[in-house]
Amino acid sequence: MWRKYVLFPVVGLLAACASAPTALDLSLDKLTKEGKFRVALVAPVPEPAVHQIHDWSIRLMTPDGTPIAKGLVYLNGGMPGHGHGLPTRPITVGETAPGLYRVEGMKFNMPGHWELIVAIQANGTEDFAYFNWMVALPKAR
Amino acid sequence: MRAGWIALGMVFAGTVHAQAPWSPADLDTIASMRLSQVPAAPADASNRHERDPRAIALGKELFFDERFSKPGNVSCATCHQPAFQFQDGKPRGRAIGETPRRTQPLAHVAHNAWFFWDGRKDSLWAQALAPLEDAREHGGTRALYAHLVAEHYRAEYEAVFGPLPDLSNVPRDAGPKGTTAERVAWRALDKTVQLAVSRVFANLGKAIAAYERTLVHTPSRFDRYAEALVRGKPRLDESERLTREEETGLALFIGRGRCNTCHTGPLMTDHYFHSTRVPPREPGRPDLGRYLGADEALADEFNCLGAFSDAQPAQCRELRFIVHGDPLLKRAFKTPGLRGVATRAPYMHAGQLASLARVIAHYAEAPESLPAERRIVQGHVMGSELLPLKLSDKEAAALVAFLATLDSTTIERATAVAKPE
Repeated sequence: MWRKYVLFPVVGLLAACASAPTALDLSLDKLTKEGKFRVALVAPVPEPAVHQIHDWSIRLMTPDGTPIAKGLVYLNGGMPGHGHGLPTRPITVGETAPGLYRVEGMKFNMPGHWELIVAIQANGTEDFAYFNWMVALPKAR
Repeated sequence: MRAGWIALGMVFAGTVHAQAPWSPADLDTIASMRLSQVPAAPADASNRHERDPRAIALGKELFFDERFSKPGNVSCATCHQPAFQFQDGKPRGRAIGETPRRTQPLAHVAHNAWFFWDGRKDSLWAQALAPLEDAREHGGTRALYAHLVAEHYRAEYEAVFGPLPDLSNVPRDAGPKGTTAERVAWRALDKTVQLAVSRVFANLGKAIAAYERTLVHTPSRFDRYAEALVRGKPRLDESERLTREEETGLALFIGRGRCNTCHTGPLMTDHYFHSTRVPPREPGRPDLGRYLGADEALADEFNCLGAFSDAQPAQCRELRFIVHGDPLLKRAFKTPGLRGVATRAPYMHAGQLASLARVIAHYAEAPESLPAERRIVQGHVMGSELLPLKLSDKEAAALVAFLATLDSTTIERATAVAKPE
């Protein structure tokens, strides 16, 4: 079931809204939708600029914070206000430490509100987590 | 007395447009759209010659050389005409025959990750090769071009790329994409000879790309206005002003019109592919655009991972992470940049819309996508990315007026940055 969500760029909440919600939950560490896992997104430093391919990490844990190794973790996303996905298809290349998964190939092609979705299959079950991410306008040169 | 009124009028005219009520967020957006904010073009690891002045000079010669075609009267500049922003003003490109798509302008072209309307090439040099072997464009074969280089540009070529191969046993007309006879002649060649000829052909593309990389936009009226706004000038000079109508258009462009969601940044494009349900050129025969273009890029012998690329495989990240096979890519085409757009009619990927007024009417109407081009995710239908937009006639006209402030000519960067003597 979860595979169909990760084969293509996924946009979770596709309400036809013209602008980003005013009070976004920007937390990068949260329980998955059904509470089966705890997931923390680790963004690249410095924050990724528009039009550049970058790599992220995902920390997968049990709800009480114990790392989960050897899980299947996928990261994807899109712009809920625009109705399109990522311009790339990121790939989870492996674990760099127990429970810490490296994802390569993220890219944002526009500034604004992006929704990132993490799909997880581990410990014989599966779940999702949604995150909000704001891509800022490039700094003036 | 009359002189006094005229002087007063001039003072009034000098202040009337300087105080548009832009919010801080609007000002940030306008600031981000200035030409001065264009970053350096990303390096193309697959073309290690792209900054070599000798490659740039050779590429410029090749770009304008009509001998590099089967009939001897077609060059890159036949469709990419310098006086017209390196495009041709025709609905579809026309050389030996007519292509299915609109010729695109070339200023700042090296900022793209994908080339052609459908992105079927992943580098500028790979893009430059395709028209040379297209029967509707230059119509020649890679063997012909290798011979022409040997005859006319041997020294210039060898200074950049090293010795040309021995072509004495290579027929003049032989290539994998030519006529039946040309393909038969190509297949009769030894694989090592094929590879050597193809390498010369690829290098021509690298030289042409090196030249095309130098082409840039000149600043527009909008840029002068935006620079003055960002500097906080209390009174705008005549050359820095936009009319009220143009300012209204700008406000719509970055506001309710949502134009800058895709037409974003200083080049006013996100360099990616979107379906906006533009009617196909031939009703009933839709052009699938990026849906096919992505697969073509993956299969292209001249792509970043191919034998003629200078890149390490790990550097071919766009290709590695390419989105393909997604129905949302059906009829998706690359967002064009908007600098110089008002003098580049007709519009869209096949010149379907004759005027900017028609384009804006299309975006306001926001046609629905076809069922086969949709995907349902989380219960929501994804397809055309357009949302209907209510625009009055005055507002539509204001958008057209704003787009005309993005006036641009295209110059070679060396000219733009030449130091005074």
